[in-house]
Amino acid sequence: MAEPIITIRGLTNRFGKTVVHQALDLDVMRGEVLGVVGASGSGKSVLLRTIVGLQHPAEGTITVLGTDVLTADAAHLHTVQNRWGVMFQDGALFSSLTVRENVAAPMRERLGIDAETRRALADLRIAMVGLPASAGDLSPSDLSGGMRKRAGLARALSLDPEILFLDEPTAGLDPIGASEFDALITALQKALGLTVFLVTHDLDTLHATCDRIAVLSEKKVLVTGTMAEMLRVDQPWVHAYFHGPRAHAAQPPAEAS
Amino acid sequence: MTAGAQAPEPLALQGPVTLASLTETRALLESHAGARTLDLSGVTVLDTAGAWLLTSWQRAGAGKGGTLTGANAAQTLLLETVTDALSAAVPAPKPRRVHHQAGDTLANTGKAVSGVAVGVGESIGFLGLVMARLGWTILHPARLRLTALVHHMHQAGLNAVPIVALMGFLIGVVLAFQGASQLKQFGAEVFVVDLIAISILRELGILLTAIIVAGRSASAFTAAIGSMKMREEIDAMRVLGLDPVELLVLPRVLALVIMLPVLGFIANISGLVGGGLMAWVELGISPGMFRTQLLNNTDVSHLLIGLTKAPVFAMIIGVVGCHQGMQVKGDTESLGSRTSRSVVVAIFLVIVVDALFSIFFALWGI
Repeated sequence: MAEPIITIRGLTNRFGKTVVHQALDLDVMRGEVLGVVGASGSGKSVLLRTIVGLQHPAEGTITVLGTDVLTADAAHLHTVQNRWGVMFQDGALFSSLTVRENVAAPMRERLGIDAETRRALADLRIAMVGLPASAGDLSPSDLSGGMRKRAGLARALSLDPEILFLDEPTAGLDPIGASEFDALITALQKALGLTVFLVTHDLDTLHATCDRIAVLSEKKVLVTGTMAEMLRVDQPWVHAYFHGPRAHAAQPPAEAS
Repeated sequence: MTAGAQAPEPLALQGPVTLASLTETRALLESHAGARTLDLSGVTVLDTAGAWLLTSWQRAGAGKGGTLTGANAAQTLLLETVTDALSAAVPAPKPRRVHHQAGDTLANTGKAVSGVAVGVGESIGFLGLVMARLGWTILHPARLRLTALVHHMHQAGLNAVPIVALMGFLIGVVLAFQGASQLKQFGAEVFVVDLIAISILRELGILLTAIIVAGRSASAFTAAIGSMKMREEIDAMRVLGLDPVELLVLPRVLALVIMLPVLGFIANISGLVGGGLMAWVELGISPGMFRTQLLNNTDVSHLLIGLTKAPVFAMIIGVVGCHQGMQVKGDTESLGSRTSRSVVVAIFLVIVVDALFSIFFALWGI
């Protein structure tokens, strides 16, 4: 269980003169749900984008599933890419394809599977993320925000990944939709044995889903630990984050007392 | 398992049962069609695709009503999740019959025809709206957004000068060259001046300028207004009580109405220069002779007729570009299709209206 699946060492990211990350270290263990929190602009999304290769860091190494993704050649990188799924904040669905075609697209591009199987597997994914079966024929612009997120998750799960990256999965959802999404992520994580890297601002999501939390502040990972450990950290920002008025509202009654 | 005694041996699956090994596993299941029980204790990796294959084998495939044994806890959970999801999913729809498809074609044809009619109606409505706002702005000149107007005059007008001048020059050169080779046969080389002057001043200068501006500016207007529509900027203006037509459409249309005659005039002059140069090189008509022939034989009315059309073409290009931009929906697909449609419609309407102008001027004998 305690074997790292993602290892980040000495990561530095710069945009011009602005330093976002400075010598950042982070381990993500196999089978855990890691929540990454931090102030707006602290580089949570940049960290996610760096791991999946959308942002090239100035310095540092990133090892995912035993492959150094920054130096790996195209073929090795391709193998790793087949083993992770990314869900972007607003789903990032391809607007020219229907939802079913969106979910089937990674299978179509990556593996030679016949059209009928692709269709059946895409429908299975759509049902697993809790979308109605009729949603498969709709185009992304016909979906509500919550449905777009679910469709984005279905596409991220399309290749049965081992690691799932989620960028703000519950942002912009109503509380009922958000807690349903939390439950969905937990259920899928258990059933599929996923490792989840979750960037969020939502304290309820942190309580409901995360095994471990990493706090991004001062250009590095300030602390990592379980929710209970976070509540005992004295660092002012972390304390303010987990003990603010919103934090108390989010805590389950047992912890809040 | 009562039937176990008569049934064939359980089929033991080995190694990974995943998306990557789907084809092999399916072939294995087909080759053991009689198996009623699948033993999963040898399966190392099982993913949703594999679980889907096994569950569909159990539900509806060759092993209908069969059993899966030997799955570990995680695999059992996965199989249950997939079974739950599958019972919620609907089967693929049946293919449409021939007479259904014929009905679809008929319905689509009707939709397309009524869509064209609705589109024409909407365009006329939008033109009316722009005209009404224009009239209102003329009565209240202080409401005109001067900064935006000057910005668009710069973008759509001044920045188009090099390409328009080059185009005019080359048209003059081509006309002089082609005209010269034909007129030489009759020894009427000197009339190449009239040919160039009348065709450029009356028709080609302004028409080709309008086509270039339609390609440059109609598409730019559609893309700019369309992306504002996608980012809800237009809605934000409306709830703030600002009128998008007044803010976005009027400055663009007015900028074109002011600048297109200027661009047309530049195209005319550079066309005459290009034609004169070619006549000098090819036919030995000196610049002095060219000038005398031009002033004696070509009435200024040709220039005026050409330039009269410019504001009308500008209105068409501006209104079509802005209207298509306003019709962009939330997706990126519609932005692309609206942009290309705006150029096609603008150029088409410019040519149609140019033809109408020709008929009109012919009837009036100008």
